[in-house]
Amino acid sequence: MKKFILAFMMLMVASAIVSAAPVLINGAGATFPYPIYSKWFDVYSEINKDVHFNYQSIGSGGGIKQITAKTVDFGASDGPMTTAQLTEAPGRLYHIPTVMGAVAVVYNVPGIEKGLKLTEDVLADIFMGRLTKWNDPRIASANPGVKLSNTDIVVVHRSDGSGTSYIFTDYLSSVSSDWKSHVGKATSVNWPVGLGGKGNEGVAGFVKQTPGSIGYAELSYAIKNGLSYAFLKNKSGKFVEPTLESTSKAAEGVTIPEDFRVSIVNSSNPEAYPIAGFTWLLIYKNMDDPVKGKAIVGFIKWAIHDGQKYTSDLLYSPLPSEVVKMIENKLTQVKY
Amino acid sequence: MVRIEIEGGLDAFQLNRRCVKAAPVTRPLSPMKRKDTGDFLFKQILKIFPLLILVLMGAILFQLVSFSSLSIKRFGFSFLITSTWDPVFEKFGALPFIYGTLVTSFVALLIAVPIGLGASIYLAEYAPLKIQKIFSSLIDLLAAIPSVIYGLWGIFVLVPIMRTHVQPFLGKHLGFLPFFQGPNYGVGFLAASVILSIMIVPFIISVSREVISAVPSVYKEAAYAVGATRWEAIQTIVLSCGKQGIIGSVILALGRAIGETMAVTMIIGNNVKISASLFSPGYTLSSVIANEFAEAASKLYLSSLIEIGLVLLVVSIVVNIIARVLIWSVTKHQQFSPNAAKII
Repeated sequence: MKKFILAFMMLMVASAIVSAAPVLINGAGATFPYPIYSKWFDVYSEINKDVHFNYQSIGSGGGIKQITAKTVDFGASDGPMTTAQLTEAPGRLYHIPTVMGAVAVVYNVPGIEKGLKLTEDVLADIFMGRLTKWNDPRIASANPGVKLSNTDIVVVHRSDGSGTSYIFTDYLSSVSSDWKSHVGKATSVNWPVGLGGKGNEGVAGFVKQTPGSIGYAELSYAIKNGLSYAFLKNKSGKFVEPTLESTSKAAEGVTIPEDFRVSIVNSSNPEAYPIAGFTWLLIYKNMDDPVKGKAIVGFIKWAIHDGQKYTSDLLYSPLPSEVVKMIENKLTQVKY
Repeated sequence: MVRIEIEGGLDAFQLNRRCVKAAPVTRPLSPMKRKDTGDFLFKQILKIFPLLILVLMGAILFQLVSFSSLSIKRFGFSFLITSTWDPVFEKFGALPFIYGTLVTSFVALLIAVPIGLGASIYLAEYAPLKIQKIFSSLIDLLAAIPSVIYGLWGIFVLVPIMRTHVQPFLGKHLGFLPFFQGPNYGVGFLAASVILSIMIVPFIISVSREVISAVPSVYKEAAYAVGATRWEAIQTIVLSCGKQGIIGSVILALGRAIGETMAVTMIIGNNVKISASLFSPGYTLSSVIANEFAEAASKLYLSSLIEIGLVLLVVSIVVNIIARVLIWSVTKHQQFSPNAAKII
């Protein structure tokens, strides 16, 4: 009997070695692209049966920490790593853009549906607490024919650290030197005024209920929840509605550096919505594990081509074709 | 001075002592005469368990201190008394969070203690058994609701009520007090305190009810026998006997209020400011950790957040000590309440 059990166990071990072992790839990081990533992981595991993913959406900061400590095979972040963070990592890290997203400026002004027009300096001054009434002449002059009342402006922002806040404060820093020197850009900042709502649902909840409020949320979240959002004046002076197309335009016709660590807020493309950004995967140039390395690169190649067709259903913006070409080039440099 | 003589010469003072020290003071005859190795081993093994808790506390404290050493070195004592929290320029001070934690917990107790005590007296002393049973299970259910549910309910139900009804009412009638002034957003200290009080009331009720029910009925009957009304009996016998247990329930509730995170984070408004008005948005120690820990990438930032955790631990310990000293001072001069004498 014992012999039989032993033989059986040996057979089990042998068969496990012979058959192509399924690879489990671990990733962690950004919450913003989580819905599209899970969709991709699902579909890709259907196509390649032996590649499986385990992604923990613990936030961009966590993703950076985990990939730096090499506890995961790839990281994900909504804000690029700083040069200091890159030098801290034990190997060379690549930023690979996967999809694009936009941040909508949402508001609750009774009687005004979507499409209130806001200029960049008005927006910065509202969030600095300098502009406090909705019928301020600076808002009114951009919105001829719109009846604005003498209500107080209630600013709402995210209280939890988030990539959405990063893109939004990045935009405000790029259009307002005061914002840049007093507040700056980060996933959490020292907000001069306003109420902090936890998560998209917190901000949306406060904005929906508080007359006179203004806040910001991911475009996809604003659309799905029927929030009114503003048209913003872009660099070329045009008021642009945030849409999936105008978001993608933000990365078109602008120079993208070779390491992809670029902010595309306030894009010079005349059709672009100004508060847009990439979200990145973080991978090591020299992969420790050849099997995992191959699987990750294969997955990214699929995601930037075939995977992009799933973006619009989930309200993300696809990568422009020139960026896809650049990523292809970059992936050839990854060693495994 | 008239003495109440009940239970075969036991005077009121002694009666009260007996309530407070419900457990007999002298230990039962110790079985030391019989030596048994199994018994000895069992005793030694049992000793390990309380020791484990001490080790755990020590380990937590050590970890918190060692991980926050960077921030402790950089900011020193000023961490506790400055009120800027700026992750971009890396200036960190915890005062607004300490203030927010203490204010919300204290106001929550102000609301919850009378309600909780009233409910527990009713349930233990007045309510028919059927109602008592129904309410007790409902209250236990209330304690089991996850705090994120309270938070969502807070955002969508409580905050609009606060904004449209409660705060305008308070502002109109009590607006001369600095606590009820300023713009009315609905979210803020008051909303957070109300949600906290709802969350801690079940703890106060269920513990106090048990304590009150545990008061031996012969004592109450004794009070009736000397002509006390029901209210007088409750006041002089029940509340006096149960004082320690009731205060214990309040401390338990306070502990929960200080550490409560999710529901408070969702409706306090998360604004790093110290303001006397309960209408204004604020921030608490646990909220800032919950909000910012996941995205804190720089070392000093992370270290400061861990120091916030250390401060939270110290604040809860200090508050607990103060509460215990309070109990001690209340029970030290245990004397029968002067009202008892008036009964006669």
